Formats: sequence, structure tokens, C-alpha cells
Amino acid sequence: MMLQMTPLWTDWLIYALLLIIALYAAYTRSKPHLIAPWRKVARSPAAMASSIILLCFVSIGLLDSVHFREALAQQKAGDKIAYSGEIISLFDYLVTPLRTHVEKTYSAPLALNLFAMESVEQRDGSIARIFPRLKYGGSHLGQERTNSRSDQWHLLIQGSVLAMMLWLSLCVTLLSVLATKLNTCFAGMLHRIWRGETDLPWRSLLLTTAVLLWVGMVLLQLAPKYHVFGTDKVGQDVLYLALKSIRTGLIIGILATLVMLPFALLFGILAGYFKGWVDDLIQYIYTVLSSIPSVLLIAAAVLMLQVYMDLHKEAYTSVAQRADVRLLFLCLILGVTGWTSLCRLLRAETLKLREFDYVQAAHALGASHWKIMTRHIVPNVMHIVLITITLEFSSLVLAEAVLAYVGVGVDPSMHSWGNMINGARLELAREPMVWWLLAAAFLFMFVLVLAANLFADAVRDAFDPRVQ
Amino acid sequence: MIAYVLRRLLYAIPILIGVNIFIFTLFFAVNTPDNMARIHLGMKRVTPDAIAKWKSEHGYDKALLFNNQASNTDKFTQTIFFSKSVPMFAFKFGAADDGRDIGHDIKVRMLPSLALAAPVFLLGLLVYISFALILAFFRATYVDYVGVVLCVAMMSISGLFYIIGGQFLISKLLHLVPISGYQGGTDAFKFLVLPVVIGVIGGLGSSSRWYRTIFLEEMNRDYVRTARAKGLPERIVLFRHVLRNALIPILTGVVVVIPSLFMGSLVSESFFGIPGLGSYTIDAIRSQDFAIVHAMVFLGSVLYILGLLLTDISYTWVDPRVRMA
Repeated sequence: MMLQMTPLWTDWLIYALLLIIALYAAYTRSKPHLIAPWRKVARSPAAMASSIILLCFVSIGLLDSVHFREALAQQKAGDKIAYSGEIISLFDYLVTPLRTHVEKTYSAPLALNLFAMESVEQRDGSIARIFPRLKYGGSHLGQERTNSRSDQWHLLIQGSVLAMMLWLSLCVTLLSVLATKLNTCFAGMLHRIWRGETDLPWRSLLLTTAVLLWVGMVLLQLAPKYHVFGTDKVGQDVLYLALKSIRTGLIIGILATLVMLPFALLFGILAGYFKGWVDDLIQYIYTVLSSIPSVLLIAAAVLMLQVYMDLHKEAYTSVAQRADVRLLFLCLILGVTGWTSLCRLLRAETLKLREFDYVQAAHALGASHWKIMTRHIVPNVMHIVLITITLEFSSLVLAEAVLAYVGVGVDPSMHSWGNMINGARLELAREPMVWWLLAAAFLFMFVLVLAANLFADAVRDAFDPRVQ
Repeated sequence: MIAYVLRRLLYAIPILIGVNIFIFTLFFAVNTPDNMARIHLGMKRVTPDAIAKWKSEHGYDKALLFNNQASNTDKFTQTIFFSKSVPMFAFKFGAADDGRDIGHDIKVRMLPSLALAAPVFLLGLLVYISFALILAFFRATYVDYVGVVLCVAMMSISGLFYIIGGQFLISKLLHLVPISGYQGGTDAFKFLVLPVVIGVIGGLGSSSRWYRTIFLEEMNRDYVRTARAKGLPERIVLFRHVLRNALIPILTGVVVVIPSLFMGSLVSESFFGIPGLGSYTIDAIRSQDFAIVHAMVFLGSVLYILGLLLTDISYTWVDPRVRMA
């Protein structure tokens, strides 16, 4: 199959971010004092369990960040290859059944029929008001479709058995590797892990993996044949929407903090280091910015962005690119409005650090201001930066939903949990209720934010000198 | 004291000017007055005459920041920036883009906002501090552990779900209170109960956890050990010694929001249909009414700066070591 790679702007930023993380990891590996706090994080069971969950989310997000256009079928051999106008991602490609199984409108989770009644012409020509059959949900059962529940149970058990087998083989491999490494017998290793006496919290790691494997395998069995979370207003699979929203959530959570870092680091350290008029000026700037209520500032900025994009419609060739530019700008805006609190923290820390003996010594030895700031101050405020990034992540993911509600979030065409909630909100008055959109958005957001919160706590405990 | 307050109020002026310049550049950097007129008159087939008329009606028919055609000080005063920003300092907000008087709207809508935000604030403070005190009292036991887990779980849920869930459970299933709406007077109670309770629950996780950390930090101090060594019961140590001293860090985060209570809450007001300033702002954002957004930004900044001032004053009140300088 021929492909044409079409990376979006945010894709590039994600690749750049991966590179930065890889560089940081490589740098940290050789420095015992830098790796020590991470070892402490690795010993926390909650942090390790949540990091596995975060890893799952991140891998889906990464798969979803490789965008390309598929080649259209050639009319005859030798024709110039034409590419489809639709940009899809590697993740879209992997879950093609989810993406393409589009029904007419709402249908409940695991349902066989549409949620709304329709007038359908029967075979004998009469017109009846019925709930029409779904085009894809349970279509493998043929016309009968009476035994759908037992089929679903069958698939569930099949998935569970598969997950169990995978997990057990994983456990056995891990145990034997650990046992040979630590020179104990297999049973002794099992005992130690069961009692939680290992250095790394293998027990919680394995339990989390078990749950994830189970969920993954069951979904793998059920999702191609049924709509596990139902379908939305235009008949798209809600599970697909929720999975696609992962990338949006991650990008907002990560890129926005990435945008605010340079501002906060530069201004915070300059203000704290030079004091005097530099400090006054920077303090003035961040007081002005932070005195504007943040939602209003974001709203005003996004409004202007909207106007700008309406005036320059011709610059975007596809819906995906347009939505992507808007997402990027939203991250920029969130970053520009959010750097003030970190800046204040960094300024205070720098004010303290600049009076320390080693900085004074560097000064006396003739080190330049730039050198002192980059070699002596920046490494010593990095723990604040790291703690802020991890703490900020979850609040940004939650903020996305609120911004979507206010009407200044990501592009309405973009898949995001905020847009899912916003769309479902209008259907709440309906009787019976359309609850599955909300349930799916709730579940995914809750798991991601909870994992992020637990991980951030462990990071804070490990890096914050006040806690130690 | 009075001199200090006066000086702080004077400091506020450059900051407010900065806020105005910032918002003004944000609005007009990409959006010319012609565009604004076109948006409001409908994008298609607008005659230049109609645009000129709209601009003169809404006061956008001047230069943006600097007027070359005028003389002397008029160069600065005969501009959109001057005519739109300066009256704000006297709290004259002018007219919205649809012609309504913003100042009047704000006055009318302030009360419902306050009626929702003030109980959430007071009740919330009471609940969060008590909950945090309970956790601190049972520190390092299962009560504390479960409480903290509950807090973390609660702060991982988006505020929107509290509102949607509460409306569904209380109003739709149990029919205890109306789903949304508002009435003045004593009837306001039944409309406000649910939003207030949900507002308090929504903030429980993060606030209680934060207060708990403050209490625990305070409990490691020497004076607490002394108090225990004297043989005081834990109850007295907690309420008489720890609580009072922990009030100082708590004040930093709390007092600053008091003036902003007038602004109301964006999301819950519009969910519950309460005609306050929060829903006013959301409506303005959705209808792209820049005049209202500008006014609300200005008002919000003023209230925030007022909050900072109140924080500093309250410091001297609770902590005699802090002096006004």
C-alpha cells in the first residue's frame, strides 16, 4: 500500500518532545544524584501502577500522531498515484473497523437496534414504526440476532481466557528472569513478590497489567463486532471517539506546559538573579497577566484566533489541518496564560539560591552571569519545574473539558472528551437518556487524570526537598 | 495603615493600564474595526456605508492608538483605545455591541452571582477545613489513608460531571429541586441549594488535601510538641494551636478570591440557568461581544487586585509579626 506521510504541526512537536525526553533520560542515566529521585519514584507502588496506565495512554497517543494519506485505488496500471484527501493516523488504520462502522444515529452500548424509532417499509409493503437494526453492531449474527447476549458472553469469556493466558505467561517469564537474576528459586521469588518484598513494586505492576490486559483483550474481542460504548449522534462508535480523544488530551496537557517553560524559566531566573529594574519589569508583566481571570484571558485569545482563522480560511487545506492549528494555538494560549505561577516560584527560588556560597564563589572566580545562571541556578531549580509539569498536566486535561463547554476549546471537528461531554449535554433531557457518551468520556478522563495525579504525587514526594 | 492602602491602590493603576493595553492589542491585533462591523452585520454583502454607520454608532470610527489628524492631547484622547478604556476606570462600561448598557446589566446580575458564590465559598471553607482537620487528627491511620485516596479520586473528576450527575440524580430522578432557573427573594433558596452543594463537593478533593498538608506541616513544629509535652489533649492542640497557626497559609489562598465572588462561576451559573455575571460572560463569549468581554476582564482584574490588597491587610490582622511597610 502506498502512503504519503503528512505530519501535522503537533506531530512534529510530539516527536521533538520524545527526543527531549530521550536526551534527558540519557543524560540522567550517568548522573547518580539525578537518578536517585527517579529510583524513589520507581519504588512507589501507586506511581508504578499509574505509570503503566499512562504508558498505555501515551502509546495510543503516539500511534495516533503518525499521520498519512492512503493511496487511492489506481484506475489502471501506470496511472499517477492519487492520494486520498482524508488524513488518517496509524491508530486509525489499526482500528479501521471501529472507524468505518458508522451507524445512522444513536445506539445504546452493545445494542443491536438503533436508539430512535423510524418508519421502515416492511417486506409486505406496509410501513411500521420500529427500532431499525444496526448496520454493523452484531451483524455477524445474521438475520436472527436473537442470541446476541450469549454471543457477547462468549466473546467476553474468550477475551478473559486470552488475557489470563497472556498474563500468566508474562508472569512466568518475569519470575524466571528475576529468579535467575537474584539467585533464588522460582517459588521463593513468587513468595517475595506476593509479599511485596521486592525492590521494584512488581506486585502492583503485575496486578495493573492483569487489569489492563483483561480490558484490552475483552475490547479486542467485542469491539469489532459490537459498539461497546454505543454510537453518537452521527452514528460514530463512541469507543473510537474516546480513544481518539486521548491524543488531544495528552497534547493539551503536555504541550501547554512545554510552551510555558521557556517563559517561566527565563523570566523567573532573570528576575530573581538580577533583581532591581529587571525584577520590577518582570513582576509587572506577570502581575498584569495573572490579574486577568484566566478563563476570560483564554476566551478572549481564542475568540481572536477564531476571527483570525475565519479571515484566513484559504490557508488550511483540510479539516484536520485546521483543527490541528487551532489545537496548537490553544496550547500556546494556555501556556502563555499559565506561566506566571511557575515564574513566581522560580523567581523566589533564584532569589534564595543567588545568595548561596557556591554561587558567590562562582562569581568571585569570574564566571559570567550567563554561566552562573545556566550552570549553577538552572539545575538547582529543575525539581520545581518537574513537579510543576506533572502537577499541571492533570489540571490541563480537566480544563480542556471546561473550555469546550464555554465554547473556546479545541475545534468542534476534533475528537476530545470536552466535545463529547458538550455534545452529550444537549441530549440529557431526552427520555430515555443518552448516557453512554458521558460514561465513556468520564471513564477515560478519570483513569488518565487519576493516574497522572498519583504519578505527580510520587514525583513531588521524590523531588521536593521539603518532603524529604 | 491608610497610607499603605493608598499606596497599594496607586500601584494598581499601572497594572490596570497594562491589562487594558494587553486586552486591547489582543482584540485589535488581528481584528480591525471593519471586521468587527462585518461580523456583527453578517459576513456577506455588507455595504461600506453600513460598516461606517455601525462603526460610528459603536464608537469605532477613530484611530486605534494614536490619532495623527488631531492636535495636541487629542492625538491620544481621540482614539478607540482612549475612548473605550478610560471610562472603565470610573466604572462606566458603555454599551454592549447589541446596544444594552453593560453597567446596568452588571449591577442587576451581581446579586444572583453573589447569592451562589458566597454560600459556596463560606460553606466550602467550613467543610474543607473540618474535613482536613479530621484527616489530620487521624493522620497515618486508615481513616487518613482512605480520606486522601478519596480526595485524589474526587479531584480527578471533571467539575462538569459533578454538575451533570447532581442535576440528574437530585432533579431528574428524585425531583427534589428544579433542574435550573432562578427567582429572586425567598424562592431563590430552592434554586440555589443544588448548585451550592455541588460547588462545595466539586472543590472538596483538592482543597481538603491542600489544607491537610498545611495542617500536617504545622503539626511538626516545635510549639506543637511543647503543647503535647505539657499534657494538653490532642483535641486542644489541634483546635487551639494548630488551627490558628495554619490559618496564616490558608489565608493566602482564600482571601484573594473574596472580591472575585462577584464575578460568579462561569460553568455552574450557565448550567443552572442563574442569571449572574458568569453566565453573562459565557453568553458574551459565545456571541463574540467584545465590549462585554472587555468590561468583564477589567472588572475581574480590579477585583483580583483588591483581593491581593485584602490578603496583605488580613496578614497583619492574623499575624502580628507582619508589619505594614
